[in-house]
Amino acid sequence: MSQIHVITTINGDETEFLCEAQETLLDVLRDHLDLTGSKEGCGTGDCGACSVIVDGRLVCACLMLAGEAEGRSVETIEGMADGDDLHPLQQKFLEMAALQCGVCTPGILVATKNLLERNPNPTEEEVRYWLAGNLCRCTGYDKIIRAVMDTAADMRGAA
Amino acid sequence: MYAFDFERPSTVADAVAALSAEDAQALSGGQTLIPTLKQRLASPSKLVSLGGIAELQGITSDGDAVTIGAGTTHAAVAADGSIPALSALAGNIGDPAVRNRGTIGGSLANNDPAACYPSAALGLGATIVTNAREIVADDFFQGLFTTALDEGEIITAVRFPKPQAANYQKFEQPASRFALVGVFVAKGADGVRVAVTGASEDGVFRWSEAEAALGSNFSAGALDGMAPPADGMISDLHGSAAYRANLVGVMTRRAVAAAG
Repeated sequence: MSQIHVITTINGDETEFLCEAQETLLDVLRDHLDLTGSKEGCGTGDCGACSVIVDGRLVCACLMLAGEAEGRSVETIEGMADGDDLHPLQQKFLEMAALQCGVCTPGILVATKNLLERNPNPTEEEVRYWLAGNLCRCTGYDKIIRAVMDTAADMRGAA
Repeated sequence: MYAFDFERPSTVADAVAALSAEDAQALSGGQTLIPTLKQRLASPSKLVSLGGIAELQGITSDGDAVTIGAGTTHAAVAADGSIPALSALAGNIGDPAVRNRGTIGGSLANNDPAACYPSAALGLGATIVTNAREIVADDFFQGLFTTALDEGEIITAVRFPKPQAANYQKFEQPASRFALVGVFVAKGADGVRVAVTGASEDGVFRWSEAEAALGSNFSAGALDGMAPPADGMISDLHGSAAYRANLVGVMTRRAVAAAG
């Protein structure tokens, strides 16, 4: 079982890695590339803690083999802030305490950033449906939804 | 996961050749296969990724039919709209991440008894196109996780006739968003077809009594008090066989009413 050589783009940087066939994109991000912001919750695509963006599309990194990342562009939570400047969603989550233990938070931030890029003016129902694949067992979601709606309004105002 | 070899061909011909190895397995979106591998419920010698094959991608609409490449994601079908009922079905599978990876060919080849797509293929009377032949939906689905596909045969596309009216109603199992019962109703040139997923121990099936009733009177009222027998329906912690049988009647009436 030879290793697979993959060339991909991660958070804007061309990245090469070697992986085993059975390693997922999440395994490589966390174990080879030290990008540990994406979490492994369930490992079966139910919880969304490993949410990343691949070619502009939200996916579970735990359900994508790393070999499938060849030639793709991957965005993770580590690429969300601009240096020390947090993304508006990150800032709002802090201000509105839209997190507790924080394990689901990177996935929810990545997912909602992708939502607002596609739909700057979502309804509350659209936000809730979009987050159907991101489980949070602490917050009851209410603060998360409010933070996303508030950020969307701010970003529309700033645009 | 057990160890396996990995190939990522760029043509269907190369994929077919790669799948000729003993215990080789095709990988499409992986939203079912990867969890299965993680649970060590499968141990293929080799995974042949279909993700790099351009000819499996895309949707074309020509007059009477819509042809969808087998590697087309649920999200792409949802965004298409050529057959609104089919796009609505695709847009309610799983969650956004699943829809961005999962593919129509993968779903049909897997034939999960609670998956949405088999009901659309059977309900619309689709034709499953493979690297070797064309298989009508009535012959394709052969019971729980079983299809007419031969070893190493790859679905390349699915051709759907455009219906005059169609609708899909899903009663979701709320945690998984699979169908506890899903009913696809389509009215076309050859009459009315009613395909039911989620309910039967034999997987997707056509409810012929409802089709007959709707053939002469396409209205929810034509099905008043009707439900298929509970014999052979799935019974589990989410619902008894009798509950599912009743739901089939309810969801079919809703689908007919929504199809108009």
